[in-house]
Amino acid sequence: MQKKRAYSFPDEVLEHVFSFIQSGKDRNAVSMVCKSWYEIERWCRRKVFIGNCYAVSPKMVIKRFPEVRSIELKGKPHFADFNLVPDGWGGYVLPWIVEMAGAYPWLEEIRLKRMVVTDESLELIAKSFKNFKVLVLFSCEGFSTDGLAAIAAGCKNLRELDLRESDVDDLSGHWLTHFPETCTSLVSLNISCLGSDEVSFSALERLVGRCPNLRSLRLNRAVSLDKIANILCLAPQLVDFGTGNYTTELQPDVLSNLTAAFSSCKELKSLSGFWDVVPAYLPALYPVCSRLTSLNLSYATIHSPEIIKLVSHCPSLQRLLVLDYIEDSGLEALASSCKDLQELRVFPSDPFGVEPNVSLTEKGLVSVSLGCPKLQSVLYFCRQMTNAALVTIAQNCPNFTRFRLCIIEPKTADYLTGEPLDVGFGAIVEHCKDLRRLSLSGLLTDRVFEYIGTYAKKLEMLSVAFAGDSDLGLHHVLSGCESLRKLEIRDCPFGDKAILANAAKLETMRSLWMSSCTVSFGACKLLGQKMHRLNVEVIDETEPPCSRLESCPVDKLYVYRSISGPRSDMPPFVWTMDEEGDNNSNQKDFFFLDMFVRNNHYISNSL
Amino acid sequence: MEKGCSKNVESCPQLLDLIPQEREWHHVKRGDGCSEEKKLELRLGPPGEDNWRDESLLSLGYLSSSMKGNGKQTHEFPCPEDHRPVGSVLSTPWGKNPHQQQTKTCSSFLQFPSTTAPPHSLPVMAKESSQPCCNKAVDLQDSERKAFKPPANTAVPLNTSQKRTAPGPVVGWPPIRSIRKNLASNSSSKQASDSPSVDPPNEKPAAEPNGKGQFVKINMDGVPIGRKVDLKAYDSYEKLSTAVDELFRGLLAAQRDSNMKEGEKAITSVLIGSGEYTLVYEDDEGDSMLVGDVPWHMFVSTVKRLRALKSSELPALGLGSSKQGKMKPWNTLPP
Repeated sequence: MQKKRAYSFPDEVLEHVFSFIQSGKDRNAVSMVCKSWYEIERWCRRKVFIGNCYAVSPKMVIKRFPEVRSIELKGKPHFADFNLVPDGWGGYVLPWIVEMAGAYPWLEEIRLKRMVVTDESLELIAKSFKNFKVLVLFSCEGFSTDGLAAIAAGCKNLRELDLRESDVDDLSGHWLTHFPETCTSLVSLNISCLGSDEVSFSALERLVGRCPNLRSLRLNRAVSLDKIANILCLAPQLVDFGTGNYTTELQPDVLSNLTAAFSSCKELKSLSGFWDVVPAYLPALYPVCSRLTSLNLSYATIHSPEIIKLVSHCPSLQRLLVLDYIEDSGLEALASSCKDLQELRVFPSDPFGVEPNVSLTEKGLVSVSLGCPKLQSVLYFCRQMTNAALVTIAQNCPNFTRFRLCIIEPKTADYLTGEPLDVGFGAIVEHCKDLRRLSLSGLLTDRVFEYIGTYAKKLEMLSVAFAGDSDLGLHHVLSGCESLRKLEIRDCPFGDKAILANAAKLETMRSLWMSSCTVSFGACKLLGQKMHRLNVEVIDETEPPCSRLESCPVDKLYVYRSISGPRSDMPPFVWTMDEEGDNNSNQKDFFFLDMFVRNNHYISNSL
Repeated sequence: MEKGCSKNVESCPQLLDLIPQEREWHHVKRGDGCSEEKKLELRLGPPGEDNWRDESLLSLGYLSSSMKGNGKQTHEFPCPEDHRPVGSVLSTPWGKNPHQQQTKTCSSFLQFPSTTAPPHSLPVMAKESSQPCCNKAVDLQDSERKAFKPPANTAVPLNTSQKRTAPGPVVGWPPIRSIRKNLASNSSSKQASDSPSVDPPNEKPAAEPNGKGQFVKINMDGVPIGRKVDLKAYDSYEKLSTAVDELFRGLLAAQRDSNMKEGEKAITSVLIGSGEYTLVYEDDEGDSMLVGDVPWHMFVSTVKRLRALKSSELPALGLGSSKQGKMKPWNTLPP
């Protein structure tokens, strides 16, 4: 024993060394070196990321990591964004807040994604954590401006309040007045999701005026253009700004005031908002354009010529979100002006129209792939595609990390050859060796999945819709994609065989979603009963699946690994397929907890 | 009810998959991709579980024989990719499927309402929460009748070689958030002229009948999370009332189930129709009104949000027996 000690550092030294290790994966590795490192590490872990709030219970997390200051939780499956997960499914944060209120009095940061947050939860946060600093509610719902008032009033050192894309019950705009006059600590405020109710603008102005460290401010749609100049003058140090409605009555001063206001913002790098844009006011942005690295015009219904004008003033642009009004011509201009472009997202302006309303085709994406060598991340909605274009894109951009293509009409073939787009997507996975996220669309057979299983070794998230011919397709993916963590599938002819044959694979993944496929109720039961570390949940809103035959397909299936067993907050339309009476003891749970950590599985950074 | 797996099989499968032998995946890889050779002859479940296996072999038998023909795995159950209108569900070659199964599958297609206009969301983030509940009341016969309706309203995307005349929108497709669904239509008037137009800050999309659905929020006493209903889906107070009933009945039942003490009955009754709850709404002037006072179309054009209050608490709100009078302001209603 003595000898061992002579070669090891005292705990405090190790702790200090560990404090430089921030990434969850590295922390996990550290904790597995030996027992004493495990102990030291768990006492000094300050940040925890939990990719699925049902994978582990709050008590387990608290027991292992007693001194956490920052937690990130994700709730509903991704397809909830597109209304595929019924209301009331789950993802409630309250049980977590209740436990943490007692165990983590010094908690500073809570980041939630796709969770149900009630006013009660927000009030509890405001009451329980004296040093609370950061609240990010990404795509959450269930709370109202009353809850926000509680946060504003209760959190004396609040730095970040970010409600991006959340669904907030707008009861009154006066919640902003609940920020005390003594609150000067705000660094980031994002209220862009709030409805059209009047936000108490005077309260907002006063708040902005007294927070000298404010770096990021995203207003909601209700704030009209004439008010922006005032705000900008109060906060010229802003780095990120989101406008409200970019429109107002035509008055002589507005443009000049606005231009002057933008000119005073020497640090401004990122712009968003731009609802209802009046193009005449866009030149006000020119003073900041040369420094802009991120521009979100995805709500701006301006057309290609105006977009081109704006974008050609932005040579430093790294990130552009835009509607398909940009058209192929605009994308060509983008490709020649913005050589630093890393991320491009093109959204559909008329997603339900049958005929294309704009001239945006595969050619636009090809131009950008040719002109922007740093392009890494693409989300592209269009109405036509060819294998040749995809092959070209793949060859031009071997550095893709995220490639999401959505051809609006399901099962659209290559419009020149009539073939499926297997070869095109195959080229993407073959050339882009670092691809982490892929979304498929168009006419696709099992072949594309064979390519994916063969080449996409770093793929972590795959989204599939209306594709494939048979279970073989799914089998290729499950057996070939070594890094796969999240798989979401809808309307594909995938059934029992592939899932059952690859049941063990599912334990290495965060989750699997399958809806409108042909997985039978019997297979779900089998999976649930055999795989104790998986929660197999069947969602069916019409009637209980057990009232049907075993061979009847389930409507929606959500399978995820968990060490806390089936959840207890399921609504009536969600059924768990776990065997009854087989409760995991705590002992077993901790064994698996370690096992997961050892394999760097569930406690890890997100994409 | 059969369990499907007998318990004498090892609880933690040594082989980490549930199809231990007789897989022929590798045969496929060797092939030149010719679809006829792709055969999947797997058995579901370990040997010795006859109940389970019999059923599954039954289904596999169909599948392998069909694949020999055209290399495509055709299924027991109609699936959206079949390019067949839902009407053909009942006439699939898989005659062995019990009738019941097929119509049930029908109704899963029909979760998307086929009798009413397909809901389209507004820029305000709206969720199609009411849709599944609306169809709960559909009985088997209705499903059959609906199955033979023209495909315009089904969730089945048709062949791309055909030009669609009236596309039936698929739930959750294209994969964009609700807030992005109406950008073109909302701005089309502004695109026509280049002059700046005023966007009145008080304009609420929820109240605008713009042809793509009219979602209003609705809260019910005792249910912490509100829902949204699409008023475009109804044309009368009765239908709205029924829909709201169904929407909340399940939620209230689930809530009460968890809080239930012995002897309490689960909710089976109709909530609004029976008078236990009363629907009120907030109009565009911020006043609380009883639902049902004014003609339907007038209601639809002025309603901002809905609420289902416990009828027993109504007298406290100063409503009394006067149906014509206005109630207290909306924001003083109990939470």
